[in-house]
Amino acid sequence: MASTIRVRATSSGETTEVQALIQHPMDSGFIKDSKGELIPPHFIQQLTFEYNGKPVFTADWGGGVSKDPYVKFAFKGGKKGDELKVSWVDNKGATDTTTAKIQ
Amino acid sequence: MKLRNAIQFTAAAFTLTLLALAAPPAISADKVDPVADEKAFKKFFYDKFPKLKPEDFVNGPYSMDADLYKQWQDKEQFPPYEFSLELGKEMFSKPFKNGKTYGDCFPNQGIGIRQDYPYFDEKEGKVITLELALNRCREANGEPAFSYVRDEMAALTAYMAFTSRGKPFNIKVPNDPRALAAYENGKEYFYTRRGQLNFSCATCHVQSPGERVRTEVLAPALGIVNAMPIYRSEWNGMGTTSRRFTTCNSQIRGVPLTPQDDEYRNVEYYLSYVSNGLPISGPGARP
Amino acid sequence: MTNTDNGFSATRRLILQGAGAVALVGLGSSFGNLPFGLTRAFAAANDKYPEEAFKQKSEADAIKSLYGKTAEASDKVKMDAPEIAENGAVVPVSVTTTLADVTSISFLVAENPVALVASYKIPAGTMPNVANRIKMAKTSNVIVVVEAGGKLYSATKEVKVTVGGCGG
Repeated sequence: MASTIRVRATSSGETTEVQALIQHPMDSGFIKDSKGELIPPHFIQQLTFEYNGKPVFTADWGGGVSKDPYVKFAFKGGKKGDELKVSWVDNKGATDTTTAKIQ
Repeated sequence: MKLRNAIQFTAAAFTLTLLALAAPPAISADKVDPVADEKAFKKFFYDKFPKLKPEDFVNGPYSMDADLYKQWQDKEQFPPYEFSLELGKEMFSKPFKNGKTYGDCFPNQGIGIRQDYPYFDEKEGKVITLELALNRCREANGEPAFSYVRDEMAALTAYMAFTSRGKPFNIKVPNDPRALAAYENGKEYFYTRRGQLNFSCATCHVQSPGERVRTEVLAPALGIVNAMPIYRSEWNGMGTTSRRFTTCNSQIRGVPLTPQDDEYRNVEYYLSYVSNGLPISGPGARP
Repeated sequence: MTNTDNGFSATRRLILQGAGAVALVGLGSSFGNLPFGLTRAFAAANDKYPEEAFKQKSEADAIKSLYGKTAEASDKVKMDAPEIAENGAVVPVSVTTTLADVTSISFLVAENPVALVASYKIPAGTMPNVANRIKMAKTSNVIVVVEAGGKLYSATKEVKVTVGGCGG
């Protein structure tokens, strides 16, 4: 199955800019379905980016983050060809992980 | 000849102006002249939005509001249709059970051809849209048809549009009375008021593009199909041209036709023809 | 919620450990949670998910729960957010700051049912710039809190929402 995580990491030499898009419903628990029943909360709680075994960015998310969430950040260092590890865990305990090459 | 063209051109422009003034005149059908229509249609929009370049129209409401434009630019950094586009690409290359692929049903293996659809099929005497051609391709290869409005159909058309991005719409209306009739029927549908709100397609998308209807900034009819399929935040997902037509009809409290009904195909034919020369921009993202 | 399980495991423990029973009774419920809590703690290393902060309704309570202090407005925190959100379901908001020693950046929407939307940890070497897309139930102040040098700084901007993103 295809990964839920799409990552674009681009090195400018000094810094690496990272953009990620993740396929996830991000149900807040406040929305009702067509029958008028609340859709139970289902959202990513934590998303981490690791470079060289160390976290370079950690997101703690609630249900207020948009469906198919997007985030962008940048860190110092990172070379073309190096790997960036991205993983998330949601409130139901589901997880996904991927590694992306820095371009 | 020249004079007649000029008169028709003026008449068409006048028709559009009248529409802008909210009168829904009957379309004078003494002679169907797609070339003159296209000119008048474009002139109307170019005059209404003198600051926009022709290719800006394919970006819909985003070209009409700076604040919206900025949000769109932010979204396009990693566009919400990304997952659908990838699914479409995957589906497109995966053979059917009989070993054939979607590509086998289309010219150039289906790559970079979105701008040629819909076309008039002279054998059948009807308009063939890309969505219709995709489902016919599936059925011809022993696969069940997809829903026309979303999911797989949106993914497939997203991929086919993506491979055709930047190519100018190249819709042809052959000199065949059936083709001209289909074109004229599409045009008539577009300008005819219906539904409890008594709106025509043109009420919103010719008369009021750039303005808000309740909460939404209306897209101009010129270039509107170039961006299909679209990820709409309002839909929380992807939708095809079929979805756009059916939901428009529901929103004006009308009864939508069945997706890919002859009349919808004709509307798409008309709308695509009058956007000839403008680039394919799909898949798109919209509010 | 977990009382039944805890009660049961506490009982088992009492039987197994015999004499220590009395001292253990009071701890029973927390012991019952231990395996789950430990897994979570290990999984997230020292980056524990701020569960409580994500339960607070008001932005003030969320900031308090998250940081234990209050934020002061600062023009060094630059927020980029639309005047009118095209759709409350997807509102692009980003922040940059010239403040030094930034350790975290949080996004809050005052009028959402849960104010805290996202909180990002910024380790040394990561730039204090974040862009993300958030949901807004209705027109509201969006608040960005930047933790820098142990202090909290904030920027606030009202974003108008005509189509809500929380299904209200």
